[in-house]
Amino acid sequence: MDDLLREFLTETNESLDTVDVELVKFEQEPNNARILDNIFRLVHTIKGTCGFLGLPRLEALAHAAETLMGKFREGAAVTEEAVSLVLQTIDRIKGILAELEAAEGEEPKGEDRDLISQLEAMSMAEAAPRKEPPKKDKKETAGTLVAQVLERELRPGEVSLDELERAFRETAVEVEVAADEPAAEEAAAPAPAGIDFARVAAEIEARMKQANPDDKQGKAKSAEEGEAEAEAKSEKGSVSSQSIRVNVETLEHLMTMVSELVLTRNQLLEIVRRHEDSEFKVPLQRLSNVTAELQEGVMKTRMQPIGNAWQKLPRIVRDLAQELGKQIELEMVGADTELDRQVLELIKDPLTHMVRNSADHGLERPEDRRKNGKTEKGTIRLAAYHEGGHIIIEIADDGRGLNLDRIKQKIVENGLAGEAELEKMSESQIYKYIFAPGFSTAAKVTSVSGRGVGMDVVRTNIETIGGTVDLKSTQGKGTTFTIKIPLTLAIVSTLIVESCGDRFAIPQLSVVELVRVQNNSEHRIERIKDTPVLRLRNKLLPLVPLAGLLKVDVSAEKSEDEGFIVVMQVGNVTFGLVVDGVFHTEEIVVKPMSKMLRHITMFSGNTILGDGSVIMIVDPNGVASAIGTAVATDALDNHADADAARGVDNDAKISMLLFRAGSPEPKAVPLSLVTRLEEFEIEKIEHSNGRDLVQYRGSLMPLVYPNYDVRRREEGTQPMLVFSDAGRSMGLVVDEIVDIVEESLNIQVGSDVPGVLGSAVIKGKATEILDIGHYLPLAFEDWFKRKEISSAALTRKLLFLDDSAFFRNMLGPVMKAAGFDVTVCSSATEAMRLLGEGAAFDVIVSDIEMPVVNGFEFAEMLRRDARFKNTPIIALSALCTPASIERGRQSGFDEYVAKFDRPGLIAALKEITSADYGIAA
Amino acid sequence: MTATSHTPGAAANDSHSGQIQYVTVFIGGQLFGLPIHKVHDVFVPESMTRVPLSAPEVAGVLNLRGRIVTAINMRRRLGLPQREGNHGIMAVGIEYRGESYGLIIDEVGEVLNLDAAGREANPANLDGRWAEISGGVHRLSGQLMVILDVERVLGRMQGDMAA
Repeated sequence: MDDLLREFLTETNESLDTVDVELVKFEQEPNNARILDNIFRLVHTIKGTCGFLGLPRLEALAHAAETLMGKFREGAAVTEEAVSLVLQTIDRIKGILAELEAAEGEEPKGEDRDLISQLEAMSMAEAAPRKEPPKKDKKETAGTLVAQVLERELRPGEVSLDELERAFRETAVEVEVAADEPAAEEAAAPAPAGIDFARVAAEIEARMKQANPDDKQGKAKSAEEGEAEAEAKSEKGSVSSQSIRVNVETLEHLMTMVSELVLTRNQLLEIVRRHEDSEFKVPLQRLSNVTAELQEGVMKTRMQPIGNAWQKLPRIVRDLAQELGKQIELEMVGADTELDRQVLELIKDPLTHMVRNSADHGLERPEDRRKNGKTEKGTIRLAAYHEGGHIIIEIADDGRGLNLDRIKQKIVENGLAGEAELEKMSESQIYKYIFAPGFSTAAKVTSVSGRGVGMDVVRTNIETIGGTVDLKSTQGKGTTFTIKIPLTLAIVSTLIVESCGDRFAIPQLSVVELVRVQNNSEHRIERIKDTPVLRLRNKLLPLVPLAGLLKVDVSAEKSEDEGFIVVMQVGNVTFGLVVDGVFHTEEIVVKPMSKMLRHITMFSGNTILGDGSVIMIVDPNGVASAIGTAVATDALDNHADADAARGVDNDAKISMLLFRAGSPEPKAVPLSLVTRLEEFEIEKIEHSNGRDLVQYRGSLMPLVYPNYDVRRREEGTQPMLVFSDAGRSMGLVVDEIVDIVEESLNIQVGSDVPGVLGSAVIKGKATEILDIGHYLPLAFEDWFKRKEISSAALTRKLLFLDDSAFFRNMLGPVMKAAGFDVTVCSSATEAMRLLGEGAAFDVIVSDIEMPVVNGFEFAEMLRRDARFKNTPIIALSALCTPASIERGRQSGFDEYVAKFDRPGLIAALKEITSADYGIAA
Repeated sequence: MTATSHTPGAAANDSHSGQIQYVTVFIGGQLFGLPIHKVHDVFVPESMTRVPLSAPEVAGVLNLRGRIVTAINMRRRLGLPQREGNHGIMAVGIEYRGESYGLIIDEVGEVLNLDAAGREANPANLDGRWAEISGGVHRLSGQLMVILDVERVLGRMQGDMAA
C-alpha cells in the first residue's frame, strides 16, 4: 500500500468519526449552520480524495451523501430518516475503508446502488416540494470532473463531460473571434491562441445556472460559504502545519529507550550516593533533571484525550435510544483529559459496554420516568478527570438504580453469601456483587429485561490494566460507576518488599495499607486451624505468606509471626500478604518476562532496579486467583473444593448456562453463545403460521421448543434464551434458568439425538449439552444457507483441528456456514498426516491446548516448511492473555482468537482470506 | 554430508566453507561445542535473582548491560549433579527468538575450527536428556565434543512451559 493511501485511510477514518459525532449533534440542532458546514466539508474532502485516488465506489457513496447534505444546507427539513440514512452511508464507507485497508489498497467489489438510490431519492424528495433542484459548489464540481471516469451515469448535481467540452469549445471560439480583430486586441491579448480559463470557468458556471435556473440565493450564499470554508481551512492548515504524524512503533521505541535511560540514571544516582563527595555529583544532577524532563516529554507524546475513546458513544446512544424508544441525553465532561494511548485502547470497549448498559437498563422508559416525576429525557453523564497519578472516569445515569432486593436474592440463590451475612453488609458491598463472575447475567434473569452479559468482563478488563471499578446506586435516582485507572502502563509505582531474602515489587495500586505485626503488639497473627488471620478493625483478614505462595523454602530461624502485612485489595477480594520486610516505593518500568517464565501467573513482569539488580513484579490478580475463592467468601467453599478437586487439570474452563427444559435433568449451553436471557409475558407470545412468535426489538422473533415436554405456561412469564446472529434472533423456550457455572467441559457420552451434543458432568450432575446449531435452522430454515449462497463462489478449503469433540461439532458448522470447505482433524498429528499426503488448504484454524503436539508447536512446524510458510493460520484458544497471544505470534500464527468468539473467528477468517485474495489479485 | 543434514539450522550457515567454528565449554567435565555465530558473549553472571515457581533449570534472571537475561543452569538441564565447592561460574550469552539467555557452564574453553564432515550422529545409546539437545558428536584427539543445539536446549523448555 502506498503512503498516500495509508495517509488517506488514517485521515478519512478520523474524519468519519468526527462526522458521526457531528451528525448526531446536528440532528438535535438542525439550524446550526456551522455544524452542517463542518460535516459537509468533511464529506466533501473524502469525496474529493477518493476521486483523486481512483476509488469510484467510495466516491459515489460520498457524493450521494454530500448531495443530500447539500439539500440540508439549502434549508431542507432535517428528518430522522435522512440522518439515519447518512449515518448508514458513513458506516458503509467505513466498512469499505476497512476492507480497503485489509486488501492493501484494492477497493472491494460490490454495489452500493441500494444506498445511493435511497440517498438520491431522498435528495429529490427534499428538493421537489421546495422547487430547489440540486445546487453544487461550483469550483468543487470542476475539481471532481477532472478526475472523473466516464463509465457511469451522471449523478444528480453533476455536469456531463459533453457539457463541459461544449463550454470549452464555445469559449475557445469566442477567443478566436476576439483574435479576428487583432488591431484592437493585440496589445491587450498577447497570447490570442491560448484558452482563457477564467472564461471557461465562467461559462461552466453559467451553464450550471442554466441547469439550475431556480438557484436564487446562489451567488450571495456561495460567497458566504466560500468565506466560511476559507476560514475553516486556514484554521485547519495552521493546525496541521504544527503537528506531524509519527508511527506508533517509533514512539514505542522512543519510550523504551527513555525507560532504559531512566534506569541507567537511577543506577548512577545509586553509585554516587555511596561516594559522598564525588565530582560526578553536579553533572549527574543535571543529567537527572534532563532525563526526567525527557521522560515527561516522551510520555506526553503517548497521551491522547479520552474524548477519542468517547467519539463513538453519541452515535451508539442515539441508535440505542431509537431502538429502545427512550429519550437519552449524553453529557460528556472532561473529554480533553489525557491518558496513555495504550490504556485508552484498553478501556474503549468496557466504557462502551457500560454506557450501553446504562442506556439499556439504567434508564427507564419515558412513561415510567414521567410517572416517577422525572423529566422524560434521561441523562447519561460521562466525566473524566485526573486525581493523583490516576484518571477517574464516571458513568452516571439518572435512571432507576440497582434493585437491592433482587441482588440480595440472587446472592443467596447463587450461594455467594448467606442471609445472615447479607444483613451485616453495607449496600455498597452488596452492589459490588454484580461484578461477580456470572452474577450479572444471572441477575438479569429475574428482571424483565436484564443487564447485558458481563459486568464481570468489564471488571476483568479494567483490572488487567491495573484499574478498579466501583459503583454507587440510589434506588429511583440512578447509578454511578467509577473507574480508576493508572495514567500509563509503562511506568508503575511499586512497593519493594522482601521475603526469604528475595525482593519483590508489588504494584501500589492494589496495596491498601501496611500493618506491622509482632507477637506482643496490638496486631498479631492468630490461627484458626493453621490458617493465619489478622484482626483488623473488627474484621478478620485472611493472611497468606508470600513465601508460601511462591513455594520458597521458609528458613526455620525466622519467627513466622513477625513481619509486615501488605493489605491488598483485588476486585472485591481483600487479603493480607505476609512479607519479612518492606523497603520503599519505587517507580519502575515494567519489562515483559522471558517466554520461559510467562507461565508463572504470580508475576506480571520484571524490571531492573536502581541498584542494577533484577526484580520480579508480583501480579496482584495472579496472587488473588491463586489464593482464590477460598478467601473471597466462606460461602464459596464448594467452588473452592471443586477447584481443588480439579487440581492440575484446570484446562479450558468455560461458562455454561444451566437450565431445565422438559425433563428434570439439567441442560446446558455455553454462555457465550447466548445473546440474552429474556422473559416474556405469556400474552405477548403470538401464534402465526403454525409457530410461536414474539415481538422483540421491533421485529418478530420465532420461538423454538427444545422438545415437546417444555411446559407452555398458561400465565405469568415464559423464560427463554435468545440467540442472535447477523441481525436475526431466535428464542429457545425453557422451563427455568438454573445457574451459570464455570466448568471445564468434558463431554463424556456422545449423543445420537438431534439437538444434543452429548452429556457432561456439571456441578456433579449429568447434564445434557445442547447443540444450538441444530435449533437455529428450525427458526429460520436459511439461517446457515443464506450466507453460503453469497459466498459460494469464494469457497476456500479450511483445515480445522481441535481435540475436543464439542468444539469440532460447534465451530465446524459455523465455519462451513461462513463459506469454507471445512476438513476437521482431532489432533495435530492427524493434521500433519493429511498435509503430508499433499492435501492443500487455504487457511488453517488450530486449537492451542491439545495433547501430544500443541498448537504452538504445530504452527512452528508448519512455518518451517516452505509449502506452508504463507498459509494463514489462526489460533483458537480458551486462554487469551497478552502473553499467550504474543506466544502465538512468535509461533507463526496470523491471528489469535478466543474460543466462543464466533464473530471474531469469522471476522479473522474473512480478513485473512480477503487479504490474501488481495495479494493474489 | 549425511551427518550435516542431521542438525537443522545449526550448521547450515557455515557448511559452504566446510569448516565450522565452535566455542567449546565444559559442563561436568564433558566438552561441548556451540556454533560460534550463536554465541553473543561470554560473561560472569552477577547478582542473579531467583525466580520462584520457575522450571528447575532456570537459575534466575540477571541484568546484563540493561537487558534482562534468563539464566539456564546447564548442569540441571543435562541432569548432572550440582557442582560442589566454591568455583567461579561462567555464562554463555545467546539470543533466542528475540530474547536473551545465559547458559551457565563450568568453564569456557577455546575456539575450534572443525571440519563439518567430521561430525557424527549421536550414538544410539546416548542418554535421552543429552540426545535431545545434542546436534551430533565430533571426535577430537583425546576426547569427544558434543555439539550443543541451542534451539533444542531452549525451544524444548519454552515448549514445556506452554504445555
